Amino acid sequence: MIPDLQSHPRLAPGCRLNEKTQQPRTLLMPERALRLNGPSLEIVSRCDGQHTVQQIVDELQKIYSKAQPQKVEQDILGYLTLLHDQRALDFTPEAAP
Amino acid sequence: MTTAVPKPLALVAELTHRCPLHCVYCSNPLELQARSNELSTEVWSRVFREAAEAGVLQTDFTGGEPLARPDLLDLVRNARSAGLYVSLITSGLPMDEAKLASLVEAGLDHFQLSFQGARDDTASEVSGTRSHAQKLRVLDWLKRYRIGLTLNFVIHRRNLAELEEMLAIVEASGAGCVEFASVQYYGWGFANREQLMPTREQLDRSLEILKRAEQRLRGKTRLLFVVPDYYAKFPKPCVGGWGRKLIVVTPSGEALPCHAAQIIPGMKFENVNQRSLREIWENSEAFQKFRGEDWMQEPCKNCDRRAQDFGGCRCQAFLLAGAAAATDPVCSLSPLRPKVDAILASSNIAPAHVGAGLVHPEPSRRTPPATEPLTKPAWLYRPNAT
Repeated sequence: MIPDLQSHPRLAPGCRLNEKTQQPRTLLMPERALRLNGPSLEIVSRCDGQHTVQQIVDELQKIYSKAQPQKVEQDILGYLTLLHDQRALDFTPEAAP
Repeated sequence: MTTAVPKPLALVAELTHRCPLHCVYCSNPLELQARSNELSTEVWSRVFREAAEAGVLQTDFTGGEPLARPDLLDLVRNARSAGLYVSLITSGLPMDEAKLASLVEAGLDHFQLSFQGARDDTASEVSGTRSHAQKLRVLDWLKRYRIGLTLNFVIHRRNLAELEEMLAIVEASGAGCVEFASVQYYGWGFANREQLMPTREQLDRSLEILKRAEQRLRGKTRLLFVVPDYYAKFPKPCVGGWGRKLIVVTPSGEALPCHAAQIIPGMKFENVNQRSLREIWENSEAFQKFRGEDWMQEPCKNCDRRAQDFGGCRCQAFLLAGAAAATDPVCSLSPLRPKVDAILASSNIAPAHVGAGLVHPEPSRRTPPATEPLTKPAWLYRPNAT
């Protein structure tokens, strides 16, 4: 599955980031947890049902401006697909209410 | 100490042994704790803070039935404010819509609903209680909330024929995850093992069904299957390794490295009333006992897989080999594996009820009756804790 660039990724029910005060930042899921490093935290914290995939790509290309833009986009799409297959993420056509 | 102590990741909070169900494979010990011995709201709340400080990320509220605790909402709130991710592992009773709403409001992250079968009569026989219809009601109520949902079907000889019907319940529920967990043979499950052990044919057939279901559900529901480990080639990495990830706290406050650890003779467990969770985790004799690799015997000691499965389960080693430090006898490398094979052989020749609708791939084989047996199995049911 390749995420639609205009869809809005949103953390699935039961999935959330731990608090900002807690280190390291971690994606908490039913019976599992995923440590997040710099780029993965930047991606996951934008999976709020408001950003589109395209917006996430644009914003990360700015943050990681030294990296090749094409590579940044590929990495993001790959990571979102992985999270979706792990049932940590849903893609909705419309922004979440 | 020879090895650095890792941080604990999960706290299994056994809030009570009280439960409206009496499942024949209950993971609680044969001797149940009474309500009068249960930890107070205040002590549990301190345990949650200590757990979070020690590195724990998630807590599973379990029991018995956590809903039997009148202070459950406070416990959810206090675990959340300690910084933990909170899962409720429940039978779904006693519960109504208002209770569910207040649990979600209190910050519950994840709801894990257990099922004893796909049909009312099977579920009632296994749990000794009529509860199946209530569980289906709870699933309906859950659709109104954005909360993590896992369905947990405990599977065994008596309900594996209902696997397709169980999958239909899963698909209608919209759950993000389903676990088909084979009965584990400790405590009540060990006592009822003969009635619960699936046949090889049942297992093979189930694996085919689950493989197809996994494809169908991809992207919708994550499907997990816990194998009946007597049939496995290598043992399970029990609790992710002794004293490596998990702390269990019993209703009366004993801190255990695994649910069943109290069956091992000569072990001394410490209580959260006397010491902090971190001290118990890092220094107590019980948590150190099988931590790391120094305790291992042959063939584990020099086995390539020792960092993967940690020699399997200490409790199972005690139950089947009579020695908790032995290689888990379900391991094909264990010198005691023939004992497990003998148990399986007797399960596969017994004139067992294997349920209706099961396909038997070898037509020449004498097929077991597809109807209920004339005599009911002699279940050993757990009583209710008072």
